[in-house]
Amino acid sequence: MRFVDEFRDAKLVKVVLAEIQRIVTRPWTIMEICGGQTHAILHYGLDELLPTQIELVHGPGCPVCVTSLELIDKALAIASQPNVIFCSFGDMLRVPGSSQDLFSIRAAGGQVRVVYSPLDAVKIAQHNPEKEVVFFAIGFETTAPANAASVLQAQALGLKNFSVLVSQVRVPPAMHAILGAPQNRVQGFLAAGHVCSIMGYWEYPPIAEQYRVPIVVTGFEPLDLVNGILMAVRQLEAGTHNVENAYSRVVTKAGNVPAQAMLKRVFTGCDRNWRGIGTIQDSGLRLSEEFLLFDAEKRFSVEHIQTQESEICISGIILQGLKKPFECPAFGTLCRPEKPLGATMVSSEGACAAYYRYKQPMDRT
Amino acid sequence: MTDSQFPPSFEGPTCSLPLPHGEQVVMGHGSGGRLTSDLIQRVFLPAFANPALLAGNDFASLNLPEAGNLVGALAISTDSHIITPLFFPGGDIGRLAVCGTVNDISMSGANPLYLTAGFILEEGLAIDILQKVAVSMQAAAVEAGITIIAGDTKVVEHGKGDGLFITTTGIGWIPPNRQIGGQMAQPGDVVLISGTLGDHGIAVLAARGELGFETAIHSDTAPLNHLIQAVLEVAPNTHVLRDPTRGGLATTLNEIAHQSQVSIWLEETKIPVKPAVHAACEMLGFDPLYIANEGKVIVILPAAEADAALLAMRNLPYGLDAAQIGEVKADSPGRVLLKTPIGGTRILDVLAGEILPRIC
Repeated sequence: MRFVDEFRDAKLVKVVLAEIQRIVTRPWTIMEICGGQTHAILHYGLDELLPTQIELVHGPGCPVCVTSLELIDKALAIASQPNVIFCSFGDMLRVPGSSQDLFSIRAAGGQVRVVYSPLDAVKIAQHNPEKEVVFFAIGFETTAPANAASVLQAQALGLKNFSVLVSQVRVPPAMHAILGAPQNRVQGFLAAGHVCSIMGYWEYPPIAEQYRVPIVVTGFEPLDLVNGILMAVRQLEAGTHNVENAYSRVVTKAGNVPAQAMLKRVFTGCDRNWRGIGTIQDSGLRLSEEFLLFDAEKRFSVEHIQTQESEICISGIILQGLKKPFECPAFGTLCRPEKPLGATMVSSEGACAAYYRYKQPMDRT
Repeated sequence: MTDSQFPPSFEGPTCSLPLPHGEQVVMGHGSGGRLTSDLIQRVFLPAFANPALLAGNDFASLNLPEAGNLVGALAISTDSHIITPLFFPGGDIGRLAVCGTVNDISMSGANPLYLTAGFILEEGLAIDILQKVAVSMQAAAVEAGITIIAGDTKVVEHGKGDGLFITTTGIGWIPPNRQIGGQMAQPGDVVLISGTLGDHGIAVLAARGELGFETAIHSDTAPLNHLIQAVLEVAPNTHVLRDPTRGGLATTLNEIAHQSQVSIWLEETKIPVKPAVHAACEMLGFDPLYIANEGKVIVILPAAEADAALLAMRNLPYGLDAAQIGEVKADSPGRVLLKTPIGGTRILDVLAGEILPRIC
């Protein structure tokens, strides 16, 4: 497949790996922010091919994993109402709420639909004027423009039966939270290429400066990943802390300016509770005043939700890069993809799901 | 990939007694009375015509193969088929219902002989759709060399079915001294696949209009009994035959690794996947190794017979892209492992549940 295979070239990957091996002189801990990167690393077995001095820790960049239990319970409460068609990205259906998930709501007769784009949910609202159509607008800056576009389109169409349950989060505040924590181990970052395709990387130099960490914007194919790691290791060995772009075929410093303008119009900043981590100041987006009519939390009475998190699950510690999935006592026993205790075991971007799927049994112990 | 790999088209009136356009299934078609008889006379008998069916009894009376000197064993399999939409590029529920059961029987090394079909019809289903499906079933049956010898029809109220469900049961004859099964894989064996993976699952998703983009991918729905017999002629010591349907190659190989208590090692670069399927999977975040196939067989056999088996498959229309994709080892019993193109290794686990598209 053109424009993909080139970045999976085994010979080139080996050349870059050899260069990393040549320059590394001591142990370094690097965090890949995005769950898509975590999965690519394990999918290709890259972690086994890196020099032993390089430890990759897996960041909180999985939108499914960090969506708060409270919002998932709200989603379940809305989806089980009789006149509602609840639309969601497929990954969210299996995420456990306090007592059930969206699959079980669907099995009990709730109308839960998987959509590939938020605009599909708008179409469903157009075609079902007698129903309330709710879209679960989760995700980082990557999905935010499409989610914003759905609200703008619903407004333009004058739809009264469309609303969004918003759980948007942003990457830079999470990086601050990780680097500012007393137990932080992260010495360098691979920034999430898809997020940067929207936001650019103008937000990162102050972070690199404040915490003296190199940040390399990195893609998702094997060659992208080893190249990002090489650039981070070069900086770490040289003692520099710059922001670099190893994904220039997609990302520019300014990012997608019209998309950013759309976000600014539809959303406004807010504190957001990250599942397993806690509230991070100014880390989320909510609908701005102009669009509050489309806020599902206001439209449905789901204000007072009592949540009950699993007592065993350590997904929060895993999302901060402090522990690996194998270190969880429930991993692969009480908690499995078909019966997950926490969201990190559910999503195709969750670290626990990646370890469960791709790692050898001997590694699981 | 040639045109001969695609099944024939069944468009056009092939029934000798065409029904008025627009006629629909009503509850009375399942009453057992005149309307039921009418449906059988006008839809099923013309399509499936054979002496056992035309006898009009509640049973089919059959002659056993090699009567009087019957050795070997019987293979029996039953399978229910539900699919949306009923017609998709490369097949339809009728072709699927025949091929699915023919293939399940064939995986024992049996020659499939007879098939029965149970139809659950939803009130309101257009009868010309049912006719098309019946004609397609007969075409698949002729291709496989089997006879549809008995059937049943029930009707459910509108809204209580999805148009049409078909359950087929097949009987086949296993010649003596054939020992083929999921528990027979042995260290040193090699793993072959008869062609490209993921075609059926992606074709059906595309036909549902759920991909958000169009593809030219055709389902691979096909009867594999002739291909399997060709393999067994040149590779009589074949240990395992299995079709990677739901759950795909990865899930099916896990079943075999578990049953045989061996590990199966695959090389990702050797696994055939069509570029269009690969591209669709890349966009959706699917892994083609977990996508359903309806016309592919996994063959596990001693290395010495592998080349002959591959050649036999590649000489047939449903085996043109056959490839050797891996080997069987004794270590890590119960595991399936994959060598990635860049030299890493990853585990291939069973499919956990529904395949879900990724978010971004």
